[in-house]
Amino acid sequence: MNLDLARWQFAITTVYHFIFVPITIGTGFLVAGMQTAWYRTNNLKYLRATKFFGKLFLINFAMGVVTGIVQEFQFGMNWSSYSRFVGDIFGAPLAMEGLLAFFLESTFLGIWIFGWDRLPKKLHLASIWIAATGTLLSAYFILAANAWMQHPVGYKMNPTLGRAELTDIVRVLTQNTAVAAFAHTIPAAFFTAGGFVAGVAAWLLIRKRDVEMARPALKLGVITVIIAFVAVFFTGDWTSRIMTQQQPMKMAAAEALYDTTDNAPFSLLTIGTLDGSRPVYQIDLPSVLSLLSTGDANGVVKGVANIQAEYTAKYGEGDYIPNIPLAYWSFRLMIGFGALAFLFALLTLWRMRKGGLPTSKWFSRAMLTMPFLPLLANSLGWIFTETARQPWAVFGLIKTADGVSPTVSAGNVATTMIGFTALYGVLALIEFGLMFRAIKVGPEAITSSPDNEVGGDSTRPLVMSY
Amino acid sequence: MTLQTLWFILIAVLWIGYFVLEGFDFGVGILLRTVAKTQAERRAVLTTLGPVWDGNEVWLLVAGGATFAAFPEWYATLFSGFYLPLFLILVALIVRGVGFEYRSKYGRESWRARWDTAIVISSALPALLWGVAFANIVRGVPLVRDSYGVIHYDGGFFNLLNPFGLLGGLVTLSLFTTHGAIFLALKTDGVIRERANALVTKLGLAAAVFAVAFLVWASSLVNKPLVWVLSAVTAVCWLAALGMNLKAREGWAFIFSSLTLALAVTTLFFALYPNVMPNLNGVDGLTITNASSTHYTLTIMTWVAVVMTPLVLIYQGWTYWVFRKRVSATQIMDAEKGVLDTVHL
Repeated sequence: MNLDLARWQFAITTVYHFIFVPITIGTGFLVAGMQTAWYRTNNLKYLRATKFFGKLFLINFAMGVVTGIVQEFQFGMNWSSYSRFVGDIFGAPLAMEGLLAFFLESTFLGIWIFGWDRLPKKLHLASIWIAATGTLLSAYFILAANAWMQHPVGYKMNPTLGRAELTDIVRVLTQNTAVAAFAHTIPAAFFTAGGFVAGVAAWLLIRKRDVEMARPALKLGVITVIIAFVAVFFTGDWTSRIMTQQQPMKMAAAEALYDTTDNAPFSLLTIGTLDGSRPVYQIDLPSVLSLLSTGDANGVVKGVANIQAEYTAKYGEGDYIPNIPLAYWSFRLMIGFGALAFLFALLTLWRMRKGGLPTSKWFSRAMLTMPFLPLLANSLGWIFTETARQPWAVFGLIKTADGVSPTVSAGNVATTMIGFTALYGVLALIEFGLMFRAIKVGPEAITSSPDNEVGGDSTRPLVMSY
Repeated sequence: MTLQTLWFILIAVLWIGYFVLEGFDFGVGILLRTVAKTQAERRAVLTTLGPVWDGNEVWLLVAGGATFAAFPEWYATLFSGFYLPLFLILVALIVRGVGFEYRSKYGRESWRARWDTAIVISSALPALLWGVAFANIVRGVPLVRDSYGVIHYDGGFFNLLNPFGLLGGLVTLSLFTTHGAIFLALKTDGVIRERANALVTKLGLAAAVFAVAFLVWASSLVNKPLVWVLSAVTAVCWLAALGMNLKAREGWAFIFSSLTLALAVTTLFFALYPNVMPNLNGVDGLTITNASSTHYTLTIMTWVAVVMTPLVLIYQGWTYWVFRKRVSATQIMDAEKGVLDTVHL
């Protein structure tokens, strides 16, 4: 009971938090790029784009910040046994994230928001770049911590204290699982931000508003989506190869591959028994799975049943099979939603050649989904990565069931779960309402370049106030 | 000095940073409706926090992360033990942050009035609960050792609401509120500054009464002569802050009230050392030794902290320098209008 509630709470708060994270990371850089374009060319359309998308970025960023606080605390609150077991290793990247990244992001973003009339242009521009870099650093540390849960390295077990202890921080921070996760997650963030910018710009274009600003924004959005998708594709391939080596059960679950085979097929559709224990009907692409996971069409891919037997021998009696339908469908839908957004972006870019603009009905409908498809792909990717590692919290070391806080009552976990879910639900409505309103208002009319006069006395009207 | 002691000190430093900085954020939030009556005044008050509140809150995240890294047992026992108060603090911090960022985005009177109330409550609640939590840590809480030798909190929620804990809560609530009033007197101009200035003495004397009672009680709980000395110095600093405010020397008043908070945290941590969570029911408590990470982890974290903390202090200090000008209500353009108000839905 406790365990289920704590897991649901973690899932809800983390998936929710990660709606705002990729938009923040990607859009931060895109807005920095827009401001740089204004700085270089002095063309006001870039300044208007900076301020408009900057406003949307900030509405989103606020939610990312406040929901992030919960993340830092809930390990100790709901997962105290996990925290005791991993603290010596897992705590370090978290503390580094705070010291190196959170301070940087929050401080320089504050400077950027309020500094329009306080700082020289160049320094003000630098502040958004520094804040954006802070988000990358933050992502790296937290992904390294997560990678250690997928594939623990650089540690030794201390049997007396019953915990894992750090022996090599460099390995923890540089193992290929961490590097690949970063290389996959960051383009995915750009992919999301590109979809977001493209969707918003298309909304304006469909209403023939601010065409001069919205057209380049749409182009920036779709090009970002296309480039990011290519990067996501190749790093995803790399990630799945690492996954096959390090967590074969996860790959087998993703494919609902029950028995070990060579020339393993990639299935497009599986209808299985309800408990996911046996497939009933599958449509397959021959040999593709072997190719994906081993780089060789004839490569051997281990099946769920075989790995279960292997793990029982290695780790003792137990159920080592994750939720297969969930793994199978989240993996496929991640790819599917991502590919769909990529396709829309390609079509849009094609129709924009030679100064044209897509106007048809498919475009207006497709573009409405543009901000959401990459978000869905992101969420499903993480749902896959985390649920298909089960029953492990740290692969091979500690099971999720053994990580939960032993002294917190089910009633307390239920209270906080309901509390956070209700609060997050209300905030989602408020955030969505504000975001939509900001898009509807559109970019402000700016007719002359701000003078960026440094200083100013306390009687001058404030350019930015709360 | 062992690395465990060093990290105990570093975590105290992080809490000092948090209480000094977010302390005035809390105070400003609590006083929002008291010192500012018109829309323009309220926006001026919130603008003093705008560029800095988020950076101030990071001190808490880093204190949490550093406790996780350096003293995992402390992190696990404390956070799973003080479960519901922490939940309330988290909810309040979420509402408050969203309130700051969203309040003035939209111009409807009822929207802003609701956020104002939310900001006041969600600033007061953590200001109170942090005091309750720290008072309980210093006093000691019921702990049990399970069959694996792991130490857990065994007290529930209402156990934390003992008289000593509640007095601690009143101390932080009143100190932070006064600290916020001093900050507003320093950072604003005109009518807000006058109101804040007048509030400082009243609030500050109430805080002094609570704080002296608490420090005397706390000092009698731990048998350390230096705790008495530190408490006395803290009290003198506080009186200096109130005195400087009376003479309208707001900069000095703010320095002294910041020093007071820093000394108060120092006193608490000094009273605690070498324990991190004393056991009310016996000797089996958590100490810097049995709660800590390995020497290797502490060494790495020390390098990171030694390099990064001064850098953070430099650039965060620079932000305060960039936004050093006073803010007054007359500078707010279109006070009744939110930034997203150009069209009507």
